[in-house]
Amino acid sequence: MSADFLYLVEVILNGLMAGVMYSLVALGFVLIFKASGIFNYAQGVMALFAALTLVGIQTGQVPFAHLINAIFGTNVHHFGWQVPTVLAIALTVGVMVLFAIIVERYILHHLVNQEPIILFMATIGLAYFMEGFGDIMWGSQIKTMDVGLPSGGSLWLEEYTQGWAAEGERYYGMYLDKLDMVASLVAIVLVVSLTIFSQYTTTGRALRAVADDHQAALSVGISLRTIWVIVWSIAGFVALVAGIMWGAKSGVQFSLSLIALKALPVLMLGGFTSIPGAIIGGLIIGVGEKLFEYAIGPLIGGATENWFAYVLALMFLVFRPQGLFGEKIIERV
Amino acid sequence: MFYRESGDFKKTYQKDSQTFPIKFDRMRYYFVLAVAFLVIPMFLTDYMANAVMIPFLVWAIAALGLNILVGYTGQLSLGTGGFMAVGAYATYKLMTAFPGMDMVTVILLSGLITAFVGAMFGLPSLRIKGFYLAVATLASQFFLVWLLNKVPWFYNNSASGQISAPEREMFGVIITGPHATPVAAYLFCLVFAVALAWLARNLTRGRLGRSWMAIRDMDIAAEIIGVNPLMAKLSAFAVSSFFIGIAGSLFFSVYLGAAEVTEAFGITVSFAVLFMIIIGGLGSIFGSFVGAAFMVLMPVLLKNVLVGGMGWPTDLAAHFEYIIVGGLIIIFLIVEPHGLAQMARVLKEKLRLWPFPH
Repeated sequence: MSADFLYLVEVILNGLMAGVMYSLVALGFVLIFKASGIFNYAQGVMALFAALTLVGIQTGQVPFAHLINAIFGTNVHHFGWQVPTVLAIALTVGVMVLFAIIVERYILHHLVNQEPIILFMATIGLAYFMEGFGDIMWGSQIKTMDVGLPSGGSLWLEEYTQGWAAEGERYYGMYLDKLDMVASLVAIVLVVSLTIFSQYTTTGRALRAVADDHQAALSVGISLRTIWVIVWSIAGFVALVAGIMWGAKSGVQFSLSLIALKALPVLMLGGFTSIPGAIIGGLIIGVGEKLFEYAIGPLIGGATENWFAYVLALMFLVFRPQGLFGEKIIERV
Repeated sequence: MFYRESGDFKKTYQKDSQTFPIKFDRMRYYFVLAVAFLVIPMFLTDYMANAVMIPFLVWAIAALGLNILVGYTGQLSLGTGGFMAVGAYATYKLMTAFPGMDMVTVILLSGLITAFVGAMFGLPSLRIKGFYLAVATLASQFFLVWLLNKVPWFYNNSASGQISAPEREMFGVIITGPHATPVAAYLFCLVFAVALAWLARNLTRGRLGRSWMAIRDMDIAAEIIGVNPLMAKLSAFAVSSFFIGIAGSLFFSVYLGAAEVTEAFGITVSFAVLFMIIIGGLGSIFGSFVGAAFMVLMPVLLKNVLVGGMGWPTDLAAHFEYIIVGGLIIIFLIVEPHGLAQMARVLKEKLRLWPFPH
């Protein structure tokens, strides 16, 4: 095999795995949109907040230290203990559930039956709020996420693939990030368990009923409020997973919240209402983006990753306005 | 008793269909105009002009433009920042390529160029609806900013990648560049804001505006009764982009003076303008102005209170600003989803019945 071909394969594989990372964020969007028709812009900030909380709990930071110091003139920063990773994750999940309850009680509950754009704006407001709140609670400096995930390239794969190139060509083997591989596995587990949960449990059934028709679900005795809390909790959990993966990859910092913008084209391409759509859309976007940057990027000045995903999604949408796997939009006059 | 239709007899059809049918409203309108043109320039300080009045007028124009698209035509757009950037860069190119051209022409031409670009990016709206369209308009945001950043021709190969407005004068008074007086810059923006508000008001109650509103209320039904969706949607995108382009043009040439595209016209700009029209009120000219005033004044106020008044460190105050802005948006949406304009409408109804409510 020629080195060029192997390089192309490497680009595609990396694209696929980048796509999985996008899907992780897009999943949270889909869950909430399906269950409540809310386009939750705050999903990216939720991932940031979850990651911040996890790191904060793990390293024993004092919440609101900066604020306390500014008001009382004290100088507190750390409790001085380290919380084990598993316990810290469990506590963070607890925080996200609490967050879901608060969101439902103080925001969604008051906005039932409003137009979609109003709900969308409310989630942008929520995103702003949480961004400031997360920074005040845990400080805005860049933190490293250390939950024991592997990092760096896989040496084994590099050595293994080195011999694949044709004789006499310089080829150093494929570079794949170990973290990306773990992320792919986690994403698979997450999607399978979400599917099983929604297909085979009573709560999952109720979730699907609410997604189908709010009023019909209400009339058979499903509590909308409980369902919404559950959905936002699950979305919070998905955000935590995404936050761990992205945080381990690029550090826990403000830019983590911008991954929401990366997930939007995925969502558009896959359809707002489809979980498999989020995964497949992510893969298409990931591969398309990397291939375009690899093949055409250098010709037009690079850094195309910011917008190419949107243009790609737009091209798909022109032919299928509801996304690849979205429900068919039926309009009646 | 002063806010009544009764006794205000309309003798011509023209009078009957005027914008402000109630005499009190008419007087108030002329009063506001007089204050804005005559009184404010007398007391305008540098700080007031640069921190409050000029940004308010510029954002109000942008909000008007977005309101035409979102509030009147129902096409949710998140590409405002990108279109403002187009207006700004068009102004820069025109100002440097034709040094003799006067500023009004430059700004109107920039608006027209943006209108053309906007209509191009409005094409997907014929196929895509709702949130899918909102996300699709993000494509224009990212693509335009990337393009303006990557092609050196747009910023005349300047090493820093920045564009800066050269000095221009009108009627012998400098209005752009570092030596501009705040009063001249303020009046220049004010003329545009008033003229565009007048244009928007009259467009939206005419044939074009009605076709936009028909599309907003239900596009299929509108098509059946004979509204051409292609024309309505594209004209809405074009007119809205014209306004936004002018806002971007003024923002760069009069307010900022120098700009870098990723900083000045990023996605946060798009969201900020969207906030303005939601808080002010969708589908309301008055709402665009109130929303802009709110979003411009609040950060200034917060900064003065938190940093100046309570002596907090600036980074902490900045985080608090986020919390308060976010919280206020949510509270606003819960209390009055139709914005400040709706509150004004309710107040007017109350005034008409006062002092005998039922």
